[in-house]
Amino acid sequence: MSFETHFHETADALTALTQSGEVTTLGYNAERSDFVRFNRGLVRSAGTVTQRYARVHLIRGSRHADMTVTLAGNGEDRALLAATLDELRAVVEGAPEDPFLLYATEVTHTRTVQTAQLPSPEHIVEAVARAAGDTDLVGFYAAGPIVRGFANSLGQRNWHEVESFNLGWSLYHHADKAIQTSYAGDVWRDEEFEARMALAKSQHAALARPPRTVNPGRYRAWLTPAALQELTTMLAWGGFSGRARATRQSPLLRMQTGDASMSPLVTLREHLPGGIAPGFQADGFVRPDTVDLVVKGALGDALVSPRTAKEFSLAPNGASSSESPEALDMAAGTLARDEGLAQLGTGIWVGNLWYLNFSDRAACRVTGMTRFGTFWVEDGAIVAPLSVMRFDDSMFRLLGDRLEGLTAERDFLPSSATWRERAVDSARLPSALVSELTLTL
Amino acid sequence: MNHPLTSLFESLRCDGSFWSLRVVDERAESLSVRRDVAQPPSLSRDRGATVTVHADGGAGYAATSDLSREGLQDALDRATRWAKATAARSVTDYRAVPMPASVGEYESPGADAPFARAAWFDLLRAESAAAKIDESIVDWEASVEVRTAEHLLFTSHGGRVRQRYRFVLPSLYATANRGAITQTRTLRGLRGICQQGGIEVLERFGFLGAGRTVADEALALLGAPECPTGTMDVLLLPDQMILQIHESIGHPLELDRILGDERNFAGTSFVTPDMFGTYRYGSDLLNVTFDPTTPEEFASYRFDDDGTPAEKQHLIRKGILERPLGGLLSQRRAAMPGVANARADNWNRPPIDRMANLNLEAGDASLEEMVRSIERGVLMATNSSWSIDDSRNKFQFGCEYGRLIENGQLTTVVRNPNYRGVSASFWRSLKRVGSADTREVLGTPYCGKGEPAQIIRVGHASPACVFGDVEVFGGDA
Repeated sequence: MSFETHFHETADALTALTQSGEVTTLGYNAERSDFVRFNRGLVRSAGTVTQRYARVHLIRGSRHADMTVTLAGNGEDRALLAATLDELRAVVEGAPEDPFLLYATEVTHTRTVQTAQLPSPEHIVEAVARAAGDTDLVGFYAAGPIVRGFANSLGQRNWHEVESFNLGWSLYHHADKAIQTSYAGDVWRDEEFEARMALAKSQHAALARPPRTVNPGRYRAWLTPAALQELTTMLAWGGFSGRARATRQSPLLRMQTGDASMSPLVTLREHLPGGIAPGFQADGFVRPDTVDLVVKGALGDALVSPRTAKEFSLAPNGASSSESPEALDMAAGTLARDEGLAQLGTGIWVGNLWYLNFSDRAACRVTGMTRFGTFWVEDGAIVAPLSVMRFDDSMFRLLGDRLEGLTAERDFLPSSATWRERAVDSARLPSALVSELTLTL
Repeated sequence: MNHPLTSLFESLRCDGSFWSLRVVDERAESLSVRRDVAQPPSLSRDRGATVTVHADGGAGYAATSDLSREGLQDALDRATRWAKATAARSVTDYRAVPMPASVGEYESPGADAPFARAAWFDLLRAESAAAKIDESIVDWEASVEVRTAEHLLFTSHGGRVRQRYRFVLPSLYATANRGAITQTRTLRGLRGICQQGGIEVLERFGFLGAGRTVADEALALLGAPECPTGTMDVLLLPDQMILQIHESIGHPLELDRILGDERNFAGTSFVTPDMFGTYRYGSDLLNVTFDPTTPEEFASYRFDDDGTPAEKQHLIRKGILERPLGGLLSQRRAAMPGVANARADNWNRPPIDRMANLNLEAGDASLEEMVRSIERGVLMATNSSWSIDDSRNKFQFGCEYGRLIENGQLTTVVRNPNYRGVSASFWRSLKRVGSADTREVLGTPYCGKGEPAQIIRVGHASPACVFGDVEVFGGDA
């Protein structure tokens, strides 16, 4: 049975079980994923995960509760749904009234389906092993359909299905010196994969040079889209959240209070048509295509979930409960990417950043490490790989007066995250040139 | 073990040299009172299985929530296909991996304790109400998550393991704001209180009455000066020590990292195989154990997810590195001894090397003695920020709460206390280890690594400790 058929059968069954005076909603998250993990060009683990999760939400007046259950995808699911509803009825009976309950009552149907042409798992194993050759390759392949569904007893149905693959790999030269590359999409082409591997191998050769260790201090730096994504991810730790702003916990608090701003070059928006996230959220609200988060350096709108809207008297805009972007889009600049080394001149080419966290959240000061593909550059030429360095700097400076420019070219970066389920969030980002990045250790 | 799934497992057919069925059935309920408003209860029941097959020297797995005979046989066939398809390119010949055939059971203390929802709500309401002590308190919450789980393992070699758990995770925070300054204080961090057992977990940490305490301390931080900058002693309380142990001992000692499995994601390790037996990881005072036997600790169990019997082992003794954190497969690949730590975070992920319970053994110094021993330094409590390089060496950690120590006395409260260092040298600066009465049994439900990614429960017990000549600093004033 297809996921979509199963979803509709589950929604119909739940609606049929719903009693007078009740509203039920169904959130349906499922995937069938092939996972292959490589180390030193060999297979470390390989398998398939098939999972179907249903979040059943029972609402009676202003009392409500939810329960997430695993569905088997067979004839036992109806009995499980009935038992789940019975359990929720007992919980809701004793639950307190909720002044902040808000759910979609306007019925809006949506359906998006994106299919893919995926190779067999055996083909992937052979293609990766063959392309790796005698290099030290470590990587991870994830592929298959991911689905998100919403239904309620008012008759609403929303369906979002994305089939894709995502192969990320690192070519290690020695110790922690490596180049990381990815190939993701919906149609696997051997020639495209081989071209990306060839490019990675050409960059890999530069790792053979003795690494350069620099002293703590401030350095001119070029941030690739992957490195910049680590920084924008930190902004998303509450920076765009309506709840975090209302409770003064946003890392962009100083922009709220008028004590800080970003460069006029910085425009950030949540832009669903540019990503692969669903256009609806768990309470059934359909989301606008675009929410302007930072406009030419000034704080824009927040992502406001229904609950936050009710609690803090804000206008909801279909955000999920996490109130973080799922399709972040940063406006392009005017720098040419292929002139990046020349624009940098002398400084650090940052291929990736790693393990970021706030050293002072209220000041939006962030620390983290350099990682893959990071080089010391002199006069526009790569001199040596850089020994890993810690940075500790304010985002208001990095994306403020120290931001010299952004590239006209942007990369689409689909998330490779697989925490509990494969992610459907993404970002579209340029490279950035900053006049100073503060290294501390 | 007499379980209804036994006969179902025995009816499955597979031509592999080994196969297993691992079933997880976990229930959870979360309750919360935030800003004095009870949040809607949230429940879950997560049930499914992974089958693992060794065939032709390769290995494969398939995970499914369809626990019917047809569903499991289909998964077994798919796992067999993976094993055969990858056999010629496998990192090891699985025919040489001696899979255990353990038989036994485990139960958490209070595994069958009832969940009293109404009583929990009353308790959480009281702590929430107690936290709103000032207009500057802008956010506050009292919450609890209770989980019960049954883990089953059946193997073709006759292994039959049943382990039943009950986990309790209470949490409290208060956030204070004035202008552009915001400070949050928690009770032992974000889900730092996490143990196996029942309501007694609350008593161990003074949860009742702590709503007021965290709010008082958040207000104190709001008016406090920034932590000073300089090189000085630090006295780390257990709710920061567990993070220090986790990041700069636990992860670098994971044998799969040392073997390179994690290099595309979680990272590698500065520790290499040749260091075991001789490398001085810390001062003579450093004794670290893998200990799955402390009943209340979060990741206690009798068998890991391969079925390997779990027992206490020293990883570091008197500062010298002895043993890595590696399960059966990693031990075989590295030709090194290890521990029983092959663990999966749920039914839909394969076991990999994890920390479980990783503890720093108590010393003999009282908290008062440790404070008196410091001429100039900072006491730091409760982790709030963590960052470390992919070899687990250069780190920077931040805490919620700091207090200056001047001439052997605790003095001014300071905010945004941070410190940085390098694992390879930091533990050698361990000057004092607190006695058992400074020790706390904590942990985290959020240890992440692996591809596909896994978030697993780990336990950490530690006394308070003093480190010398540490680079300390605060936030932006």
